[in-house]
Amino acid sequence: MHGLVNRAVQCFLRDTFGPDLWQAVARDAGFGGDGFDTMATYPQAVTDGLIDAATRHLNRPRDALLEDMGTYLVSHQTVEPVRRLLRFGGADFMDFLLSIEDLQGRSRLAVPDIDVPLLTLDEESPDVYLLSCRSPVAGAGHVIMGLLRAMADDYGALVLLDHQGKRDGAEWLRVHVLEARFAAGRRFDLGRSAMAGAT
Amino acid sequence: MDGSSEMQMPMYGLQASVLDRLMPLYLAVSAEGTITGAGVTLAKLFPHAPLIGRSLFDVFALRRIGAITTMAGLRTRMAQPLSLARHDGGASLRGIALPMATGNGLLMNLSFGIGVVDAVRDFALTDADFAPTDLAIELLYVVEAKSAVMGELARLNLGLKGAKSVAEARALTDTLTGLGNRRALDEALVRILDLGRPFALLHLDLDFFKAVNDTHGHAAGDHVLATVADVLRTATREGDIVTRVGGDEFVLVLPNPPADQTLMRIATRIITGLEVPIAFEDKSCRISGSIGIALSSAFQPVDLDRMQAATDAALYASKRAGRGRATLAT
Repeated sequence: MHGLVNRAVQCFLRDTFGPDLWQAVARDAGFGGDGFDTMATYPQAVTDGLIDAATRHLNRPRDALLEDMGTYLVSHQTVEPVRRLLRFGGADFMDFLLSIEDLQGRSRLAVPDIDVPLLTLDEESPDVYLLSCRSPVAGAGHVIMGLLRAMADDYGALVLLDHQGKRDGAEWLRVHVLEARFAAGRRFDLGRSAMAGAT
Repeated sequence: MDGSSEMQMPMYGLQASVLDRLMPLYLAVSAEGTITGAGVTLAKLFPHAPLIGRSLFDVFALRRIGAITTMAGLRTRMAQPLSLARHDGGASLRGIALPMATGNGLLMNLSFGIGVVDAVRDFALTDADFAPTDLAIELLYVVEAKSAVMGELARLNLGLKGAKSVAEARALTDTLTGLGNRRALDEALVRILDLGRPFALLHLDLDFFKAVNDTHGHAAGDHVLATVADVLRTATREGDIVTRVGGDEFVLVLPNPPADQTLMRIATRIITGLEVPIAFEDKSCRISGSIGIALSSAFQPVDLDRMQAATDAALYASKRAGRGRATLAT
């Protein structure tokens, strides 16, 4: 798994639950608390070990923790660059959703070996979409669900999300767009300097 | 575009050569879905099976949310972003379709989108294959520049990591003996307390070392200390922590310690090793050592300060009893 993914898990745990919890999880997972090298690649077991250790320490279901991590990726100041890149997906939530199949390719343009899930969108009815998510990380669909929930907030859209479990090697999400422009949403300028968002 | 300008200019009547220059990845499709024209760069992508005359849906799998398999389906997606995957494999293209001014045909403009890096390599494309207004070359430039910079940063990072671990090892090492120093001991104790594993703390103070220094000089003293380090390394197990914390003071941390008698045997073996005369140049240096030992299991909950005090007390008991012996704190 790419160091950036492990680093995201680290930032999520540290920013959400505090540095002590992160240190405890890192120790428990047999990993020094120094943090991950974002340019290195780690075995899949490292990522799974981190998530499992966090689940034990926080006594929370794995799915709920992963969903919170997806929300974090969009809504926390530390990872503001991620939110900005996601907002490049479209002017409103519908555009964003319809361009979500490009997410993996776009990410790989920047970081060739990044492990972003393969997402495919199908229409069930004009307001209801089925999103399939394929990833080596079990439960990655829950991260995507948290991310979609936060992006809907970000765009000011009213959306119902439902994780429908695993089928044909993919996790399936049902996305019901009740209103694409329900509230004002958060401000976003395509042209803002990339440097201004870096931390 | 309002109605009046449409009225004034119902069509532009562009030549194929003009379209080729404006959008070299264009595709003209008849009302029935037959390809009637293809841009010069698009044609390069199909060197073995020319596009003209084939059905659009035989060449590409079109998608917009779901699959588009008919012209009627495509007409409901006018002006929307489309994805076109080649049926013969290869990177997919993105595109847009709009009705032509005359007839019922469609004009499509395609782009490589994020697949441009692969396409340029696979089809040996050059900047002449793109419209001068297309940012494809700039995108390639950014991707290449980014990869070069990331490569440099990765190399730099690797160098810094190496330097960091060397500096860390140095900061934790006693240079004379190669054993850990006091900082290494403190870190080892924090780690073992965190893990909650039982351990023994063994405090060794050399006997008669000052006499060696005074009689034979500091060089002899340094040689003796290096020899003591060898004795301690030989007597301990892999995973035991051996540190020099003062001039002639050593502290050992033994995780998962053996039974008391075995522990005392190890201590005795250390002392016997220390008492072997150490040759330095033409001199023979004789030392011994006194040891105090405490077990974490005797302190529940483990209290490091009390444990260290008990080790010190046991050490002084050994000294008082005549040196050259070990005492286990009780």
